[in-house]
Amino acid sequence: MEILVCVKRVPDTSENEIEVNSEGSDIERDDLVYSINEWDNYAVEEAIQIVDKVGGSVTVMAIGDDESEEIIRREMAMGANNGILLSDDVFEKSDGRGLATVLKAAVDKGNYDLILTGAQSDTGAAQTGAMLAAMLDRPFASLVNLVEVKDDSTLKIGREIDGGNQEIHEIKLPCVLSIQTGINEPRYVGIRGIRKVASVEIPTMGASDLGIDPSSIGDAGAKTKSVDYFVPVLGEGAEMLEGDTDEIVEKLVEILKSKGGIK
Amino acid sequence: MQIFAYIINKDGKADDTAFELALAAKKLASDAQVTAIVAGSGIDNVCQEISAAYNEIWKIDNAALAYPDGEIMGRLLPKLLPENAVILLAHEYLAMDMAPGLAIRTNSAYIADVTDIEGMDGTTGKFVRQEFSGMVSTHNTCDLSGGAVITVRPGVFASEEKPAVGGSVVDKSGEIEIPATNRKYLETVEAEVGDVDISTSEVLVSVGRGIEEEDNIDMVKDLAEAMGVDYSCSRPIVDAKWMEKSRQVGTSGKTVKPKIYMALGISGAFQHLGGIKGSPFMIAINKNPKAPIFQVADIGVEGDILEIIPELTEKVQEMKG
Amino acid sequence: MEPVIIPPASYTILGIPLILLYIVIPIIGVALFTFIIAQRMQPLVKAAPDNRLDQLGLRLFNMIKYAVGQYKQPRYMLAGVLHIVIFAGFCILSLRSITLVIAGIKSGYTLPLFDTWIGTIYNILKDIAATAVLIAVVVAAIRRGVYKPERYKVPEKYGKDHTAEAIFVLGMIGGLMVADMFFEGSDLAAHMNKGLETHYILFPLTGTWFVTYFLTLCSESTLQFCHVFFYTVHEVIFFSFLNFLPLGKHFHVITSMFNVFFMKLNKGSVKPVKWGVSDEQLDDLESFGVKNFEDFTWKHILDFYSCADCGRCADQCPANHVGRPLAPRFITIKCRDFCFDKYPLKEESVDKGPLIGSILEEDEIWSCTTCGACEEECPLLIEYIDKIVDLRRGMVDEGMVPQSLQKPLNALGKRGNPYGKMEKKRGDWTTPLLKNEGYECKILSGKKADTAEVLFFADSITSYDDRIQEIGQSSFRILKACGIDFGILGPEEKDSGHEVRRFGEEMLFQDLKQKNTKAILNSGVKRIITADPHALNALKKDYDNLPPVEHVSEFLYRMIQEGKIQFNPLENQGDIYVYHDPCYLGRHNLIYDAPRTVLDAIPGLKRVEMERSRDRSFCCGGGGLMLFYEPIEETRMGKERVQMAAEAGATVIVTACPFCMVNIEDGIKTSGNEGKIRAIDLAELVDQQIIK
Repeated sequence: MEILVCVKRVPDTSENEIEVNSEGSDIERDDLVYSINEWDNYAVEEAIQIVDKVGGSVTVMAIGDDESEEIIRREMAMGANNGILLSDDVFEKSDGRGLATVLKAAVDKGNYDLILTGAQSDTGAAQTGAMLAAMLDRPFASLVNLVEVKDDSTLKIGREIDGGNQEIHEIKLPCVLSIQTGINEPRYVGIRGIRKVASVEIPTMGASDLGIDPSSIGDAGAKTKSVDYFVPVLGEGAEMLEGDTDEIVEKLVEILKSKGGIK
Repeated sequence: MQIFAYIINKDGKADDTAFELALAAKKLASDAQVTAIVAGSGIDNVCQEISAAYNEIWKIDNAALAYPDGEIMGRLLPKLLPENAVILLAHEYLAMDMAPGLAIRTNSAYIADVTDIEGMDGTTGKFVRQEFSGMVSTHNTCDLSGGAVITVRPGVFASEEKPAVGGSVVDKSGEIEIPATNRKYLETVEAEVGDVDISTSEVLVSVGRGIEEEDNIDMVKDLAEAMGVDYSCSRPIVDAKWMEKSRQVGTSGKTVKPKIYMALGISGAFQHLGGIKGSPFMIAINKNPKAPIFQVADIGVEGDILEIIPELTEKVQEMKG
Repeated sequence: MEPVIIPPASYTILGIPLILLYIVIPIIGVALFTFIIAQRMQPLVKAAPDNRLDQLGLRLFNMIKYAVGQYKQPRYMLAGVLHIVIFAGFCILSLRSITLVIAGIKSGYTLPLFDTWIGTIYNILKDIAATAVLIAVVVAAIRRGVYKPERYKVPEKYGKDHTAEAIFVLGMIGGLMVADMFFEGSDLAAHMNKGLETHYILFPLTGTWFVTYFLTLCSESTLQFCHVFFYTVHEVIFFSFLNFLPLGKHFHVITSMFNVFFMKLNKGSVKPVKWGVSDEQLDDLESFGVKNFEDFTWKHILDFYSCADCGRCADQCPANHVGRPLAPRFITIKCRDFCFDKYPLKEESVDKGPLIGSILEEDEIWSCTTCGACEEECPLLIEYIDKIVDLRRGMVDEGMVPQSLQKPLNALGKRGNPYGKMEKKRGDWTTPLLKNEGYECKILSGKKADTAEVLFFADSITSYDDRIQEIGQSSFRILKACGIDFGILGPEEKDSGHEVRRFGEEMLFQDLKQKNTKAILNSGVKRIITADPHALNALKKDYDNLPPVEHVSEFLYRMIQEGKIQFNPLENQGDIYVYHDPCYLGRHNLIYDAPRTVLDAIPGLKRVEMERSRDRSFCCGGGGLMLFYEPIEETRMGKERVQMAAEAGATVIVTACPFCMVNIEDGIKTSGNEGKIRAIDLAELVDQQIIK
C-alpha cells in the first residue's frame, strides 16, 4: 500500500513558553524549540506499522521552508521511505484551504492509496485532512484511533467520539484519514538514526513544479485571514486565595465544608 | 441575512449546542434570520424542542440518517443549502468529520472552533479563536458574502436565556436524495465501564499534568478518600496510563455534572472543560497563574499541588476527627 | 609400604587386568572434557572483542585476592565459610587427585618429593581437608535441601528449581571424599590387621581415621574388595564430575580464576559501544548494542559460564527487592541456558533470534538503576552494568524506548536538559543569591565569559528543579565561605549525559559530552567541583582530558583536615542523623569516609549507621532518566530506604546526591514518616552550620 503522511513542523508546546510578540502579529518565535506535530508523528508510526504488515511504502510530505526538512528527515529515520518538501514563498500566508490546495497538487503528482494527517496541529483547526479529502473527492474519517487493513480496497477504522466511545466504520480505498493521538506507541528516534539520514536527498517542489495557480493560494487565495494575536484580557475569573500554604489549606477546608464537599 | 445552524441530535433529543448556535448566530448578526437544519430519523420531537430558538426549522427525516454520518451529511448539505450560505456548527466530532469538507464543496470560507464572535463589519465577520493549545488567541475574519462554514466551541455561548422566536418546521425530506458514500458505519463500541461512574458523582477531585509523576497519584486518591468523594482526571493522565479511561473528564472522556469540582494541576484546556456541565462550584490549584482554568474557576490558588494536596488531606482528616 | 592387598593397578577380574580400565577411563574423560571445552569456546570466538589484557600486575593481584583469597565470600558468612572450606579443600586435594589417577596405572605412585616426610605431612593435610569438605557438603546439603534459603528460590517464570542439581553435585563431592577415605582406609586397615608398619600418620578424628578403624573389623577379602571398588568409584566420579562441570553452574570451578583475572578494572565506567571503535568511528557502525547473543563480548559470555547461581546479586538488587521484573541472577542464568541451547554439544549451532522478546523482556532491562550492588556482591566478579547498557543500546537502536523516556530524551536533544526548560534559564538558580545576599556568580562560558580557578558543575537537576536548586545555593555559599574563586558554565552547560549514556542513547551522550568538554576547556578552569555524584562519575569516567573533578564532600573533607573550616554546634541536638551512601559516590567512586568525617566534625551531631551502608547501601531509586521511567513495581526503593533509616532510629537522613534527595523526600511522604523523619543534603547541613 502506498501511504502519504502530511506532516507539519510546529513549536513544541510542552517545551516552550508561548507568548504573543510585541507587535501582536504572531507568537514570539525567538528561542522556540520546534518538532514534528505530535498528531502527525502518531500518523507516521501508524503508516509504518501498516506497511510492515502489508508491504508498500510510506512517504512523508511537509509544506514549509528548509527548516521543515529536519522533521521530514526525522520521520525517515523513524522508518518512512520517502520525503518530499513543498516549499515556495507564495505558499506563505495561505489559509487552511490554501494549504490543502498545495497538498492536493502534490498528491496528484503521485499515486497514493492512503493519505494520513494528524487530527489537528498548533492552530487547532483540525481542517487539513478533511479539506484535502473533499478536494480529492475521497472518503474521509477524522479522529481515527484504529486502522485495520481488511483487503486491497477496504479498511476497518475506529473513530474516537464522546464519552470514550468508538465508532467503527468500513472505508474504501483510496481514502484520507486524520489520526488521533494514542492510536499507537511511536517508536523512539535517536540521534544515531537521524545522523544516518542526514545526507539523504529530499526533493523539493514549488508552485510551478506543482502547477498551482498562485492566486488560489497564499494571501491572495485566502478566504480566512488572521488579523492579530493577543492574550485575552482576563475577565473576572477566580477569586484567588492569598497566604502561605497553611492559611490557604485552612481556607480551602472551610470552603469545601461550607459547600458540602466533605462527606 | 440568513444564517443556518446544523443541529446535533441523538436518541430523539437535541444537543445543548442547539440553543448555543442560535445565540451565536444572533451575536454575529443581531437581525439574522436563523434557520435550523435537523437531520435524522424520527426527529419531530427535536424540531419541536428547538423551534422556540429558530426562525425556521428545516427537517430532513430519513431512515438512512438515523445514525449521524459526517460523510453523508457533508455531501447532502451542499445540495440543500443555497449558494453562499453561512452555516454554524458545534465543534465536536461530527463537525470535525464533515465541516471542513463542506466548506470546500460549497466553496466557502472555513473558521473552526471559535470561542467568541465579535460581529460583522460590512460583510466581514470577525471571530476569536485559540491557538497553541489555548495559550494565545487570534482574531480571524472572512467575507461572509462568499459563504462561510463556522464551527463554534461548545459551551461558549451557553446561556440560561432562551430566545422565544417560535419558528415553523419545513419538511425538506423529499427534496434531496441520500448520497452514496464510500464509508459505512458499522457500530459503536462503548468505553469500558470502570469501577466508578464519575458522570453521576456529586463531588470530584480531579487531577491533571501538574501531578508530574505516577507516584504522586496516590496523594490525590488519599485526598478523595479523606473527603469521602470520587476522583477523576484529565486526558494526559489517561494517556500515560496512570488512571483508567473511565475516570477521564473531557470531550473524549466522560461528561460530568458535579456540584463541586476540584481541578488540581489542570490547565483548563477546553477539551477538559468541555466535559464539565452544569457550572459546578470550581476550585482550581495550579502553579501557572495564567492557566485558563482560572478563568472558569470560582476559587483559585496559585501554588504547587504537590505541597498543598498532602496538607489539605491532613487538615480534612483532622477536621473529621 | 609393602603391599598387603593388591592395588588396583595390579588387580585382575576374571583374568582381565583392571589397569586397562584405569587407562581408558582417564583417556575418555580427558578427551570428552577437551571436546566439551572446545564446544564451549565456540561462542567466545564469535563474540565481540573485549580488551582485558591491560594492567597485568593488578589483574594478577586481583586474581589472588578474589579467586584464591575468596575475598568476597564472607559477606554471606555461613555460605561463605562453607564455600571457603570446600574451595580450600579442593585446592589441597588436587594433588591427591592427580596421584590417585596415576596410581591406577602405576601402583604406589607418589608425586616427586612426596615419598619423603613431605608426603607424610601432606597426607595429614589431605585427611583433614577431606574431612572438612565432607562435613561442609553435608551441612551445605542440609541447608539447601531442608532450610532452603530464600535467595536460591526460582520464581515460576524462570523455570524449575535448581536445588536438585546443587544437592547432586554436593553428593558427588561427598562421594569423592568418602571413596578416597575407603580406598586409603582399606589399605591401612589391611596393614594394621597384619600388624605391619603403615608409615602413615592417621590424624585422629579425621574421616580416614574413622573409616580405617571401622575397616579393621573387616576380613581381608572385604578390604581387598573395598580397596579396588572405592578406587574405581573415585575414578568414575572424578571423571564424571570433571565432565559435568561445563554443563551447568559448576562450570565456575573451571572458569572462575579466568573470570577474575579478566575482571573489569575501572568501576563506574561504561564500556565503549565496541572495543576498538573510537568515538569518531561510531557513525560507521552498522548496529549498536546487544541484539543477538554474539553481540555480547567474549568476557560477558565467560561471565554467563562463571555464574555459580548463588543468588547474592539478586538478593542485594534493589529493583528485585521492590518487585520489578529484574533479578540479575536470572539474566545470567537465562543467557547461559540460551547459549547452551544455541550451541549444543552434539549438534550444529541453532539460530535463536534476538534476546529481547525471547528470553529477556524490555521492562526487565529498563528496570535497572545501575546502582552496582550486584557487581559489588558477586564473588566471581561478574559484570552486569555494561551488559544492561549494551542491551539498552540495542533497544534504542531499534526504537524500542518506553514512551515515558522518549519525552526527556527528546528534550535533552533539543534543550540539553530532560525537563525541556529553556537553555538561557539554566544559570538562573544563582539569581536569588544575587538578589537576597548580594552574591554574584561568575558565568564562565558564552560571549561575556568570566574566568575562575574552579568550575562548579551544576548539571540539570540542580539547575532547574526548585527543591534541588537549594542544594546548589548551599554549595555556592560554602565555596564562597571557603574563599574559592569559582563560577558556573551557565546557559552553555548541558546535561552531563550520565544517564543518557547508561540508558543506551550513546550518540546523544557523545553530543552532550562534546559540547560540555568544549565549554569546560574554553573556560580555562583548573579544577571542577560538583554536588552531583552522577555528574562526578560522568566527568571522571565518561569524559576525557578534563581538569581534576571532585565531589563537594571530598572538598569539605580536605578543608576540615586543613583546619580551614569550623562548625557551629547544632541547635537541636536531639536529632539522630544517619548518612545514606549514594550509589555513585560510594560504590562507584569509593567515597565513603569523607562525608562521614564531615558530619562527625559538626559538634553535637549524633550519628548512627543503617544496616545496609557503605558498599551495601540500598539504592534510593535512581537518578537522571530513571526519575522519568515508570516501572512495574510493588513498592518504591525510596520508601524502603526511609524505613531502613527509621529502623536504625534516625530522625534525619543526610544525603549527598540530588536524586537521593528527591527519592528520599518522596519516600518520607509515602512511608508515612512526614513529621518524624526529614532529609537534608550534606551541603545544606554544612551551609547551615559552617562558621562564615
